[in-house]
Parts: sequence; C-alpha cells; structure tokens
Amino acid sequence: MALPNKPEGERKAVRDPEVDEREVDVLIVGGGMAACGAAFEVKKWLGDDQSVLLVDKAAMERSGAVAQGLSAINTYLGENTSDDYVRMVRNDLMGIVREDLIFDLGTHVDDSVHLFEEWGLPVWKKTDEGKNMDGKKGLKLGTLKSGAQPVRTGKWQIMINGESYKRIVAEAAKLAIGEDNILERVFIVELLLDKNKENQIAGAVGFSVRENKVFIIKAKTMMVACGGAVNIYQPRSVGEGKGRAWYPVWNAGSTYTLAMKVGAELSMMENRFTPARFKDGYGPVGAWFLLFKAKALNGLGEVYVTSDAAKNELERYAPYGTAAITPTCLRNHLMLFEMKEGRGPIQMDTVTALAELGKSMDKKELKHLESEAWEDFLDMTCGQANLWCATNTEPEKKNSEIMPTEPYLLGSHSGCCGLWTSGPDYDWVPDSYKIKADNGKVYNRMTTVYGLFTSGDGVGCSGHKFSSGSHAEGRVAAKQMVRYAKDHADYKPELPMSKEEIVDLVYKPVRVFLDNYEYTTDIDINPAYIKPSGMALRLMKATNEYGAGHQTYYETTSKMLEIVMDQLRVMREDCEKLAAGDLHELMRAWEIYHRIWTVESHLRHIQYRKETRYPGFYYQADYPKQDDENWFCFTNSKYDPKTGEWDTFKRDYVQIIPD
Amino acid sequence: MPSYVITEKCDGCKGGDKTACEYICPNDLMVLEPNTMKAYNQEPDQCWECFSCVKICPSQAIEVRGYSDFVPLGSSVYPMLGTEDIMWTCKFRNGTIKRFKFPVRTTSEGSANAYADLKGNDLESELLSTEESEGYQIPKPQATV
Repeated sequence: MALPNKPEGERKAVRDPEVDEREVDVLIVGGGMAACGAAFEVKKWLGDDQSVLLVDKAAMERSGAVAQGLSAINTYLGENTSDDYVRMVRNDLMGIVREDLIFDLGTHVDDSVHLFEEWGLPVWKKTDEGKNMDGKKGLKLGTLKSGAQPVRTGKWQIMINGESYKRIVAEAAKLAIGEDNILERVFIVELLLDKNKENQIAGAVGFSVRENKVFIIKAKTMMVACGGAVNIYQPRSVGEGKGRAWYPVWNAGSTYTLAMKVGAELSMMENRFTPARFKDGYGPVGAWFLLFKAKALNGLGEVYVTSDAAKNELERYAPYGTAAITPTCLRNHLMLFEMKEGRGPIQMDTVTALAELGKSMDKKELKHLESEAWEDFLDMTCGQANLWCATNTEPEKKNSEIMPTEPYLLGSHSGCCGLWTSGPDYDWVPDSYKIKADNGKVYNRMTTVYGLFTSGDGVGCSGHKFSSGSHAEGRVAAKQMVRYAKDHADYKPELPMSKEEIVDLVYKPVRVFLDNYEYTTDIDINPAYIKPSGMALRLMKATNEYGAGHQTYYETTSKMLEIVMDQLRVMREDCEKLAAGDLHELMRAWEIYHRIWTVESHLRHIQYRKETRYPGFYYQADYPKQDDENWFCFTNSKYDPKTGEWDTFKRDYVQIIPD
Repeated sequence: MPSYVITEKCDGCKGGDKTACEYICPNDLMVLEPNTMKAYNQEPDQCWECFSCVKICPSQAIEVRGYSDFVPLGSSVYPMLGTEDIMWTCKFRNGTIKRFKFPVRTTSEGSANAYADLKGNDLESELLSTEESEGYQIPKPQATV
C-alpha cells in the first residue's frame, strides 16, 4: 500500500472521453467464427451505396472461441444428410430443438469448411488403404471438395491440424470486408432502439479499451455474435486457475445481455453445458473416446457405462437415454451417478486404449499415434499438455482423471440456449418459426427485434454448430442483413439518448471511481464502490451455492432459486457502484454486468421450467423428472425495456423431420 | 497457466510497429510498462493459457508457468510457430523431453482467397454467394411430419 492512491492499470481512464460517432447500414458486433463468416459474406451482397462496420473487443486474428486453435471440425456433413443431422442434434438435446434452423445450417456448413481448406487449413485425409494422413501429407490426395476422404472420428467430426484455424479464417474475413471497415479493441456495451420506430434496432454504443474514446454507432441493422457466457459459475479452480475455463474466459454473455435488454426474446436459456473434461487442465476428451476408442472407468476400474445400474438409469430417460448415441447430458449424469454412489473418481483409460491400438502398429506408426494424442491438446488446450508434463503423465503409462466442469451458457456446442430467431422462409418451415419484420417479410436469423440478427452462440434451440456451423450461420445472417438494409433504405436510425447521456452511461464506472478513490488508503476497498473483480467473485459464489453449480452436484431447488434470484437483484443494484480506474477495468466492469443479466435469465428459465429436462447438466430437485406432458415445449422469456418487467412463457415445439 | 515475461529478453517491441503481445491477447491481459518498456500480464487469473502471446513474441520473451492452484513446478511447454509448421517442446518434471511438429497452414500467409470480386445476384434466395456461383441446389427435407 502506498499513498496517494492511484489506478493500477497502464491505461488510465479520464472523466471525459472523446466521442466517435458513426453511421452505417450494417453493423457486425463480434469477431469470432460467426462474425468472420459475416465479414466474408457481407460485401458479396452489399450495394455500392451501402456501408458496413465490424467491431471486435479483441484482435480478430486470435479472438473468440477458436483463438487458441482446434484439433477437429465437429460439423462437416459430407456424405450425411441434413435430415440425419437434425435427428442427431434433436436426440442430444433431449428432443426440444428448432429443426428448421438445424436443417438450414446443415445445408450450408460444408461450403464454409471447403473455404477453410482452400484458404490453407490443413485437413487430415484417409488413404484408400485406410491410413490417416495429416493435413500437409494428405494434400496430395486432393481436397474435401474434390472428393478426398476426411479422417472421421465420429459421424460428423473431421480431424484437422488446427493451430492456426482462427488466423486463417480471420485473414479471409479481413481481406473480404477491408481493414477500413473494422474496429478492433472496441467493446460494445449497450444496444439502442430507435427513438421513433417501435421495436426497431438503431445503434450500439461502447468504448475503446486502448484510448479514452466512446463509440456511438447508428445502423439500420446489426448482428450481435459475441459468444456464450463463461466465469458465471465458480470454476473448480479459484486462484490463478479460474482463467482455465473450458470455454473462453473472455466470453461474458454479451450476446444475450445486449439483445435481451432491447427486448429480444430468449429461448431455452435454462439449457447449459457442463462438459466432462480432463480434470483441471480441461483438455478435450472427444479424440480419446472417438479416435482412440478409450473407455471411462469408475474408481473400481469398471467400465461403468455398460453396467446394469447405468442401463437402468438411462431407461428412466427414454427415448433419449435408450437411443444408440447417449445424449451428452446423460453421459454426465452417469458419471455423477457413479461419483455420488461412492464409485469415483472417473478415469480415462488411456493406457488400455493405446495398447490396443498399438497391437496392429509398427514402431513408426506408434510414434505417430503418440504424436496425435499430444496434438489434440497442443492444438486447442496447451495447458493440459503442460499438466501432463508437470505430473509426469505419459498417456500410454498412466491414466488421467476426468470430471464435469462448471456450467457454461452457449448455443453452438452441445448446448442450445440463446435468442429466438426466425428460420428460413421455406414452405416446409412452420409459420410459428418465421419472424416477420414490419414490412411483412421473413428474415432468416433475425431476432424478435426488427433488424437485430444473431448467429453462433447467440441463436437458441440449435446446438451442435461448432466452429464451422457458426461461420456458415454468420454468412447466412450477413446476407439477410444486407437484404434488410436494402428493404429499409429509407429508414434513418435515430437514437433515444443524447451524446452526453450515452457518455454518462458508458463511463459511469470511471466517474464513480474518480469521485471516490481518494477517500480511503486502499484503492480496492471503499464503501462508495465495488471493483469488478470483487463483483465477479460475489456472482460466482452465489450461483455456485444456489444456482446448481458444481458445489451441489448441479442440483438446485425452488427455494434456492428464490434466494439466488434475490442476490442477483441486489447485485444489479450494486452494479450502479461499479468502479473502474483504467480502461481494462472498465471492460471488466461492463463484462460482469453482462454476466449478471445473462445468468439471471438462465436461472429465471430454470425456475419457470418445472421439470428436469437435462439431468447431468442440472437438476431441479423439486421436479426431478422429465415431464413431457407439460414441458415438451420451448420456454421463452422477454424483457420489456420500457417497464423493466419480465415475461416468461411457452412456445410450441413443432416436429418437422420424422423420427 | 499464466504467461510471464522474461525481463532480460523483452525489448517492448521497440523496433516494431506494435507491441506484439498487447496486440494479440484475446483477453487484453498483456500491457507495456512505459518506464521500463517491458510487457507484463496484468491479470494472471484471467489467463486462458491460449499461448497467443507466446507464439507471437518476436523475442521469445514470453513463456507460461502452470497455474499455482494445481500444476506442480518444473515442466514447460514451448512452441515455435513458423509459416507452415509449429514445433512444440514439452519438458516433463522428471526431465523427459518430447518434441512434436504439426502443420499449421498449407498456403502462404496473406494468400487466403477472399473472393473479393464475387458479387451475388439474387438477394431473395437463401443461397450464399459461393453456393450461388457454383449452382448449388439447397436440399429440402426428404420427408416431413
């Protein structure tokens, strides 16, 4: 401690920032896979008199969920049909999904994968003899588009050498949209509706995390695609290790909060994802289960998933539990069942798997197999590789523990929370899945707010898009936005707030800090404010204790939900006193605000849905069973920005693709 | 596994047009201390261990030390990212060293085809630009309920 107090960061925030005002036809908020898809596609359709801008909180080269790289593309249809893709997603998500959105995605996703390969992404190939070639050696076999065979680890997944996956995709996106139409390191914190036109998006406001500057951007239409929500529940590691989330720790729920606050309808926000991963390092298990055929063992050394007890458990959740592929949440459920019955810990039997595979291999092939196992981590979870090194774990000699993580909210992986959006305007899509704008036209992937689109983690009820599907979905949305802007060429957005009011809103945490920081001798402890780091811990403690976090084996009750909802209400009140001394802290202040709104909507949905639809992801102990009679429907919610009231309601599920 | 900067090696990217680690960190963690002109990780407990800063640093001044919560000392994982491949050196706590090399890209940097000249025709169809130019037919469900 040293007096006088001074802000700790390198970029001090000032009371009165500069203001940069812009107006464009099409605005893309986000820089991950979906936004890169939109950036690639948008100018192909944009008229000469139309303009576009993309705003990313980070640098596109390494932003979003694919920043670190990936070792597989999880959605490539190839020889499969979109019909079967719908069936797979529907079963994995316990029956309630938007089949129009999923089918539609399945028809476009391969085009994006073919582009990735053309741009330089190395894709593994299978030789006629059934041998695996890495993406470089496999080049001589041709491209996927020309008919070369990928290395499939499952029906839908293909292996890649994906360390530079995001760099390659971002390069094409930036070239396509043009550097002049990109703002990096600008964080959008609120959207604004039009002053005159009911339920019409008009603009977005945010600030630079590099200089004291507020951005006010008017747009006829925009897409919000800022990923899912992470660090909303206490992670299993609470010191330095809380950054080691499975999903990217910088995903702050901004997609959901930005859209819900202007009144966009949310759907299936009760859904969450608590992936089972290698303990602590959170390395991927997909390749181990699918490519190396490893089995999970309980503490007694038994392959518990084939036990009679496990079969009985799965039968309780028929028809999903008894399907050929067990849904992700039920696989978690079986794991938790073993742990609670005193048969933990759960181990990935890497030793037996590699020994079995090694039986038919020569020395060189074995070496290659070892390299594949390590690449799986090094491409996408480098820290897991280090954990193996630090604990002297060679997978051929020593098994590793697996365990479900803390909960995440997302719509692109094996989860399906998000916004209620329009499906495509095909005759086979039910009217209840089409959202018409003021002109009576249907715009694919538009939310219930006119002109506001989303994609990737933002689109609810349609999981299993992964990286490739998010890219394709961003492209779909981009075309629709250009169409919307053209159809609304006469619309001139007008904001409901003055420039001064917007600056007051965005820079409020800075003003709170500057007004009060000299009062105490410790910059972080002051009765007039709370720092974002403290609020983050308060949020994660509350959700973990009451909101079905790992502390209670993902179980909550009606009473516990009441408690946590009240805590969240008070947290939102205290957010009025968030304080930020520098620009990095200002980003953290707005992120925690976004996280609180997002997780509150998640728990509001759990409170409303009086059943347990996703055992293994969460349990509502007062309603422990699936209740198809009353709850085989979507649960949606809507915030009214005028009254501040929430409405939570059911929407009908319509089956489109036969069983 | 937070990143750390080796004092002696970091030159603050004085010769470059930008501070590389600061430019790339997806979570805005890497910053330059203006007096010493050396970078540091300003919030280690928000580090995702994505290695973006390690891979981009032109002075090889950045490495990572496992999260103190659960990673024993003594190991290291270090990448050398080239234009076509990445080389990893994985050092175990017991001294074992493993090296791996994987391809990262099959084309030269900057050459991704953005289809800059491609213009779509029918804004009312659901076809994406490249699908339209190739005459792709969007499939319909084989059967509906």
